[in-house]
Amino acid sequence: MYNTGKVIVGIIVFIIFFTIPFWLNLGKVKALPKPELPKDETKCVEDTDYMRAYHMQLLHEWRTRKIRKMQVYYMNHEGKLYIMSLQRTCMKCHTSKEKFCDRCHQVVVTHPDCWRCHIAPEEVKK
Amino acid sequence: MSIKRRDFLKIVGYGIAGSIISLGGGFIVGRGSEILAMIDKQGEKKGVKWAMAIDTRAFKSEEDFEAVIKACHQAHNVPNIPDKNREVKWIWVDTFERAFPTAETEFISEEVKRRKFLLLCNHCDNPPCVRVCPVQATFKREDGIVMQDMHRCIGCKFCMAACPYGSRNYNFYPPREYLASMNPEFPTRTLGVVEKCIFCYHRLDEGKMPYCVEASQGKMFFGNLNDPESEVRKVISENIVIVRKPELSTKPKVFYII
Amino acid sequence: MVEKALKGSLKYWLWLLFLVTIVVIAFFAWQYEHHYGAGVATGLHRDLTWGFQIGQLAFFVGVAASAVPVVLSYYLHNYKEFAKLTILAEFMAVGAVMIAMLSVFVVMGQPTRVFNVLLYPTPNSLIFWDLVVLSTYLFLNILCGWAVLHSYYKEAPYPSWLKFFIYWAIIWGPSIHIVTAFLLQGLPGRHYWLTAIMAARFLASAFSAGPALLIILAILVKKLTKFDVGEKALQTVAKIVIYAFIINLLLFAFEFFTAFYSGIHSHMAPFIYLFAGYEGHAEWVPFSWISMILAAIGLVLLLVPYTRKRETTLVLACFAVFFSVWIEKGVLLMVGGFTPNVFETVTPYFPALPEVLIQAGVWAIGFLVITILYKITVEVFKSKELAVKLKK
Repeated sequence: MYNTGKVIVGIIVFIIFFTIPFWLNLGKVKALPKPELPKDETKCVEDTDYMRAYHMQLLHEWRTRKIRKMQVYYMNHEGKLYIMSLQRTCMKCHTSKEKFCDRCHQVVVTHPDCWRCHIAPEEVKK
Repeated sequence: MSIKRRDFLKIVGYGIAGSIISLGGGFIVGRGSEILAMIDKQGEKKGVKWAMAIDTRAFKSEEDFEAVIKACHQAHNVPNIPDKNREVKWIWVDTFERAFPTAETEFISEEVKRRKFLLLCNHCDNPPCVRVCPVQATFKREDGIVMQDMHRCIGCKFCMAACPYGSRNYNFYPPREYLASMNPEFPTRTLGVVEKCIFCYHRLDEGKMPYCVEASQGKMFFGNLNDPESEVRKVISENIVIVRKPELSTKPKVFYII
Repeated sequence: MVEKALKGSLKYWLWLLFLVTIVVIAFFAWQYEHHYGAGVATGLHRDLTWGFQIGQLAFFVGVAASAVPVVLSYYLHNYKEFAKLTILAEFMAVGAVMIAMLSVFVVMGQPTRVFNVLLYPTPNSLIFWDLVVLSTYLFLNILCGWAVLHSYYKEAPYPSWLKFFIYWAIIWGPSIHIVTAFLLQGLPGRHYWLTAIMAARFLASAFSAGPALLIILAILVKKLTKFDVGEKALQTVAKIVIYAFIINLLLFAFEFFTAFYSGIHSHMAPFIYLFAGYEGHAEWVPFSWISMILAAIGLVLLLVPYTRKRETTLVLACFAVFFSVWIEKGVLLMVGGFTPNVFETVTPYFPALPEVLIQAGVWAIGFLVITILYKITVEVFKSKELAVKLKK
């Protein structure tokens, strides 16, 4: 290989440069996100672990069923019926987007674009 | 493991939802029993073909039209955009010449010519917009409603070129900035997607009548075109009705009683 | 071979810088559109949703397929005069297809969702097929042009497997117009488009405007770099231009006949709007007539052997043909399709500044690609000619 020294130094500088955020934050544990849970409701549509891991798939499934499969109700594993709607079902209990959705999403740096169209509960009060 | 669990839940969900709703659909929703009788099975509406008839004789004053338009536009968060060439409207009013440009107008009654007509998506039986959509964002449901999936629309505007009725709207302006109040039960739309009248599919699925029909107080009729006993079928057969641009064979399902 | 594009005169770099600047400006204009909406950034409205940018798709697919008659003559009929021109034609096609595809991409309201077209393939939609044929044609032209040039660079005959792709590209060329024409000609209620000869018109206008641009570029390259494709080759292309252009004008005249002899109002209305004005609106009448006058100039200059054989008048004629078709396909085809609108009234359209800037960026990207590919071609040929001289 030509210019072996330069190439290797270049690669090392490159790796260091792109991993700077990792090195800077090494060892500093930031506080875990604490989304505010509904006070008068203890159970979500499905159980907490499932919702935590798969809420996006569930919402996607609801969307497909509602818009494309002409369905209205979702039945959870306990046989309870829910209207499939982000605004009319989810956000009736989770009354704040900022205190619920955003808390986790900001920590994991995801920016779902749901709210460009859907109306967050706090926006209605304005 | 968790994936399997999810699939299991899905299967259980489909099964139980299907059976319970088919048994007790009417009980759960509780309203609109006439329509509910027709949609006893959720997601399975074979044999239903929704249609609308508008009694243009009954619409007399500006207020008659406004009540209908307001009911729809407020419920669906339709923005009020001042730029008339780029506004968003799901249901609106226009003159005879513009609504029926291919109809012979020279010698017909002056009274009919002066009438105003409510225009909306025709939910064609043979919709050109559905044919051209590259992502199936607009598609025809089993019950004949031409749906618009605003999640999937890429904003290519091909459907607007294909629609011979000017019933489709592109969001030329950020829609939220032109909303005085918002209905928290329904989403808004975003810049760069196409939207239109959806025949209130969300209300029909829950056994209710479309907003405009409800607000018209008997001046508009709605029901199953395949059912010879339905109200729409009756008013269509008992009156003189026209549709917009029948020569294009799009088969509109919005009928105008003259 | 890529390294050939990295060494150039100051003029070459300034030209590239100029093009890149336009692309950057266009990018900001595009961002502006997606922030404030197409309502302020474009002249589009409810009654005209496809403006001159989609017109550029219609026009530049034509320019792209101009490679077909040249490549066809060279490979199928073994017309040796086209040896150098073939590579130029293929590389021009690459740039033109990119312009065509990007012109559609930039007008989309939700560009981030563009892959929905592949995620939910919809065979009944012609946009899906347009994407398929255009990207295939782009790939074929890059492959064929590059491989042939590379074999010349290595002083070896091009590999035998390439033959398959070359023939494929020749057959594929017309499909890009046919599908693009189908995009328009199958829509009910758009009477200006609803005509079976739309695809044929696309082919005829393509084989005139495209080779016309090829002649202009080839002469420009000759002036700038002394890379000469040969007088005989250019004259042959000029003859292709003239035949195709006559057919193009004839087909347009047929449209006139059908509309006006049948006397169907909705079929006549777009022609009346474009050439005389309709209900007090005559925004595009001057452009229609400019297109016609340019067509007449081009026709005469190309038909008379004296003017066709002289370089200045030939270039002039090619410009006339190119811009005549550009106005007709690139702008008026869209305006006429949407005006009068579905209510049979007129809502005038005129492109807005950001819209033009965005399109300028798309053109710049196309010409950037063409410049770089031409630069490589010219340098490769130059180095070989130099080697031949040194051997002597």
